[in-house]
Amino acid sequence: MPDAPGLELIAGELNEAFAEAVLGTAHAHGQATIEVQPEPILDVLRWLRDTPGQEYTFCASVHGVDYLPQTPRFAVHYQLLNMARVERICVKALLDDPEDPEMLPAVDSCVSMFPTAEFQEREIYDFFGIEFRGHPDLRRIFMPEDYVGWPQRRDFPLGGEPVLFTHNEHKTPRWYD
Amino acid sequence: MDSTIADKETLERDAAIGASPVERTAALDMVEPDQELMTVNFGPHHPATHGVLRLIVDLEGEVVRSVKPVVGYLHTGIEKNCEDKSYWKAIPFVERMDYLSYFFQMEAFCGCVERLLEEDIPKRAKYLRVIHLELNRIHSHLLWLGTSALDLGAMSMFWYCFRDRDRVLDLFEMSTGQRMHTRYFQVGGVMEDLPSGWAEKAAAFCAEMPSRIDQYEALLDQNEIFLRRTKNVGIVSRERMLELGVTGPLLRATGEPWDLRKVTDYLDYSDFDFQIPVGTVGDNYDRYRCRLAELRESVKIVSQALEGLPEGPYRSLNRKVALPPRDELATSMEALIHHFKLVTEGFRVPSGELYYSIEGPRGEQGCYVRSDGSSKPARVHFRDCSFINLQSLPDMCVGTYIADMIASLAMLDPILGGVDR
Repeated sequence: MPDAPGLELIAGELNEAFAEAVLGTAHAHGQATIEVQPEPILDVLRWLRDTPGQEYTFCASVHGVDYLPQTPRFAVHYQLLNMARVERICVKALLDDPEDPEMLPAVDSCVSMFPTAEFQEREIYDFFGIEFRGHPDLRRIFMPEDYVGWPQRRDFPLGGEPVLFTHNEHKTPRWYD
Repeated sequence: MDSTIADKETLERDAAIGASPVERTAALDMVEPDQELMTVNFGPHHPATHGVLRLIVDLEGEVVRSVKPVVGYLHTGIEKNCEDKSYWKAIPFVERMDYLSYFFQMEAFCGCVERLLEEDIPKRAKYLRVIHLELNRIHSHLLWLGTSALDLGAMSMFWYCFRDRDRVLDLFEMSTGQRMHTRYFQVGGVMEDLPSGWAEKAAAFCAEMPSRIDQYEALLDQNEIFLRRTKNVGIVSRERMLELGVTGPLLRATGEPWDLRKVTDYLDYSDFDFQIPVGTVGDNYDRYRCRLAELRESVKIVSQALEGLPEGPYRSLNRKVALPPRDELATSMEALIHHFKLVTEGFRVPSGELYYSIEGPRGEQGCYVRSDGSSKPARVHFRDCSFINLQSLPDMCVGTYIADMIASLAMLDPILGGVDR
């Protein structure tokens, strides 16, 4: 990982290149984190991947987090890795929960840049209801296709889900309400 | 097979090597299809899928034109369930994801929580963990070797590998009480010290294992059918593998010497002398060779760790995190209080979040834990290597025969419990 001054340098350069894209930096437990706005996330990732001297070309993991009750509520984490220097950096795109309950928080998909993100973005969509604009095949990946609700959100209850069989599925419509 | 089909096949192979599925499909489209495409549903219940993987395969005769993996049949919501368990109760949960690399998942989770707590574990605990991790790697690779050979029609390999795998499981049973899903690692160290006689039994296993690996090698490497089924099949270039985020033996088979045990400093792996086997071509044969060589390296690590096993405590002496020894409970009030607090509420972890990754048998086993200051994790996420590696399956199979797809899938070594979590 870049050391603390190095991280500040990266943040400063990102801010210069993409008009206040960086919201904050954190350096804890041996992990460097950059929090960014969701809109320029592709620019930020591309900058980190392609700029000489940065070259975080390997995307190790993409995962979602629900920070309820904090705002912004959601985040998508991109764990980037520079294999030559063995440096990791975590890029966090912070997403607000839209006020309209019908709307989903949305961020641009990075599949064109990191093909490895295809399944992982589907997983985040499945569990957190975060929409990835431009994803080639954004469908639920683990939960059944007709499932309603975003099960890994913090306000989604754990347990109490009746086991549905064909003989009782009509008796428990919309059990999740 | 008549000669025209063989020629066409070579042409397609040449066009396909190293290209992405998109380019490859485009290259194949230029060849006029002889027959119309047939879509076949493969799985989810099929022995060759190594679990419950479903593949939607477009076939032109015997040649695969597209593959779509469909997963989720084994989803059990483990990540969500962990949010309702205190940290020490989440450990048995996380090890049940990828049911062949339970020690690795325990280490990923415990190591992540230890780093959030800034708790260092004793040297002996690190060595005990390394011994069990590497034995687990041997066990996982042996199961892979047996079942992949079975997929290619080599029945006897299956029994031989299971015979040796059982010896590893016996060792686990002796040291941890369970053959699988042992819950042996815990935050701050390991659960128990080694029982007497264990080290000798493990050393005997390590002494015998290299000759066993030689036998397996002799069985497969001189088998014409096996060689022709694996060599130059399922080639994916190194660049494409990196783009797809593939790690572990699959990546190393393409010639990229990337192993987290060497490049990061977790669990004092730098104390041991071992090598990173790499391949050259990146075909199924290289994948097999890499894993076989890794078996040898793991045996070496276990013997070195057994020899150099340091004395000292096997778990942290910090009573706020690790349970006090059982015998103290009868005499010390303080120990009893600590025990009670740890068992009822569990320890609290200061707010923070961390992604921590180790080298599992299938690649980078990552664990992300977010703590909100309470005694339960606010989010646990596992970067499961099988899940990520599975995305490279279309690259391996498109343009090859359907029988080679089975071989590639076996060499990919996906564990569906880990994929679906």
